[in-house]
Amino acid sequence: MVASVQPLPSRIKRPDVASQWQLMWWRFRRHHMAVLGMAMLAAFAFVAIFAEFLAPYDPAKRNPRYLAGAPTPVHFFDSQGSFHATPFVYARTAKRDPVTLRQVPAVDEGRQWPVRFFVRGDTYSFFGLFESDLHLFGTSDGFVHLFGTDHLGRDMFSRTMYATRVSLSVALVGVTVSFILGAIIGGVAGYFGGAIDMFVMRLIEFIRSVPTLPLWLALTAALPRDWTSLQIYVAVTTILGLLGWTHLARTVRSKLLALREEDFVIAAKLAGCTDARLIGRHLLPSFLSYLIVDLTISFPEVLLAETALSFLGLGLREPIESWGVLLYAAQNIRSIAHMPWLLIPGLFVIVSALAFNFVGDGMRDAADPYAK
Amino acid sequence: MIRALLQRLLYMVLTLWLVSIVAYVVIQLPPGDYAEAYVTGKQQSGAAFSEDEVQNMRRMLGIDRPWYEQYLSWLGGIVLRGDFGYSFEWRRPVTEVIGERLPLTLMLAFLTLAFMYAVSLPIGIYSAVRQYSMTDHVFSLVGYIGLATPNFLLALALMYMAQQYFGQSAGGLFSPEFVEAPWSWARFWDLLAHLWIPVVVLGTAGTANLIRSMRALMLDELGKMYVVAARASGLSPMRLLLKYPVRMALNPIVATLGWRLTFVISGAPIIGVVMALPDTGPLFLHALLNQDMQLAGAMVFIYCGLTILGTFVSDLLLVLVDPRVKMA
Repeated sequence: MVASVQPLPSRIKRPDVASQWQLMWWRFRRHHMAVLGMAMLAAFAFVAIFAEFLAPYDPAKRNPRYLAGAPTPVHFFDSQGSFHATPFVYARTAKRDPVTLRQVPAVDEGRQWPVRFFVRGDTYSFFGLFESDLHLFGTSDGFVHLFGTDHLGRDMFSRTMYATRVSLSVALVGVTVSFILGAIIGGVAGYFGGAIDMFVMRLIEFIRSVPTLPLWLALTAALPRDWTSLQIYVAVTTILGLLGWTHLARTVRSKLLALREEDFVIAAKLAGCTDARLIGRHLLPSFLSYLIVDLTISFPEVLLAETALSFLGLGLREPIESWGVLLYAAQNIRSIAHMPWLLIPGLFVIVSALAFNFVGDGMRDAADPYAK
Repeated sequence: MIRALLQRLLYMVLTLWLVSIVAYVVIQLPPGDYAEAYVTGKQQSGAAFSEDEVQNMRRMLGIDRPWYEQYLSWLGGIVLRGDFGYSFEWRRPVTEVIGERLPLTLMLAFLTLAFMYAVSLPIGIYSAVRQYSMTDHVFSLVGYIGLATPNFLLALALMYMAQQYFGQSAGGLFSPEFVEAPWSWARFWDLLAHLWIPVVVLGTAGTANLIRSMRALMLDELGKMYVVAARASGLSPMRLLLKYPVRMALNPIVATLGWRLTFVISGAPIIGVVMALPDTGPLFLHALLNQDMQLAGAMVFIYCGLTILGTFVSDLLLVLVDPRVKMA
């Protein structure tokens, strides 16, 4: 007689047989804010990848009919209160200001410009792979500027979409640089110990006792003035990475030092493990989760640092535009009083930094799934 | 005790020396030297210079000597005469230029530190005692947002609001009518009315951070047996709270004072620029943008020196607060 064994339904959690990553995921999921943050980050990543498609206009294109224009709200109901299936923006007409005699755009509630999805517009090259002119939304007659325009008439929404890509990529590259540096330096310190460890720890202490922002400012200010914006981009990300590795190096070192004494490491050594196998198969997996936590936490740091540098005009510069570069235009109170919508990229900075912090907190709790 | 103190002092001097090297590297970083930049600028407006004249200028400025000689004379100037060099941009000694503005930076830093501790310690204690209460959740949300908001955005938003709703002149330290006025109570009051924005802006992220650590430390302490024992012996709750767990939780808080100061000093220049304060912030940025590196390097040195001094002071404070710490 063959006993028929029913497999357990997959939704039943079996902590006794679950893998480490499974346990971590369960624990992470309990953090609602962290899951929310993860979703927000996914949305940001989507924007960063498909910026050309999401932006209705080329970010450098000027709209001479709408300089320093306020955001154009999208309506479903017109001023009479009747519903339109296609959303629309009210038309703008140029009026002359009776006092200053300047052309100012005025809302014309009599005419409507319908906003349609999947329209043809400015052509773009998608990562150099193929050319297209398809955009998520746009108008065939007139214009739509969700976040308004700057003083040159460039669409702030499109620029913000493109800037998302630059800002996140700066953070990604900066964090990667500091990750590599931190892993190597911390690994060397933890593995060899002794005088090298002592020296590295003093170095880290020193770097951490120095106020970072003035130092970042000084380093970026020393970059040659005739560099192209791409060179500046590479240099700025490297500088951000060069000063951010200390935290990670500390984690790697302390974990390595603690793990060296663990029973399973001694067991593996006695079983004749090679050093490479010991590090790769046993040591690394047991503190990889901590490294990922540290990475996530250092993301907002780099992001905020780059924004601050560019905001002061010492970081990236046009035509490469990050959120900080966009905020550069909002540097003084006068322009904010006249064009408060220039601060909208700042919201993107805050929300993305929040999301990273949420995810980092959730991960910190999940990193050690065997803790109580 | 004396030995430990001397050890700390020695360590501080060593770090200061390292910082001086960093500052000097900053000075030397931009390609070309001042003579070259000066000549290029003059040539554009039509003046002609011979190579001899340029060399002459280098000799006069002392920038024809090898770098280590320059470094030693630079460092010697600071240590022996408090002379940080000469600002080519301002055509005045760096010490003079900075000296006018440094007091405000210092005042701002200390007010911010005071603000941070005054606000965050009570909130941190309260959040820990009433863990998971509505107030606790609200404070942690505010803390998250405070951590995620760049200082300068907060400054811009507050200035905008101060101008729109309180009719206050945004930026600067005084209302226009008080800028040149002699000191009086009205002027002092006006200063306070302007100063709260930079203090709040500079302190927000640090406060959020401090609330979190204070809350976590308090939660650790509150669960310990000695608290239960004290409570069982009938001590009044308030007295118990302040006398034992708070007292214990304060030690790590005091120990990190130096970092907090680093944090504040690090944020100060950008706020000075955004709010147009007459402190060292705009001076520093201006020097960097114009590559007036003598001034910029001196500023880097001073900013770093301040934080190192702060770390030293916090080490000393820790000994006072926690006598168990044997300064090793």
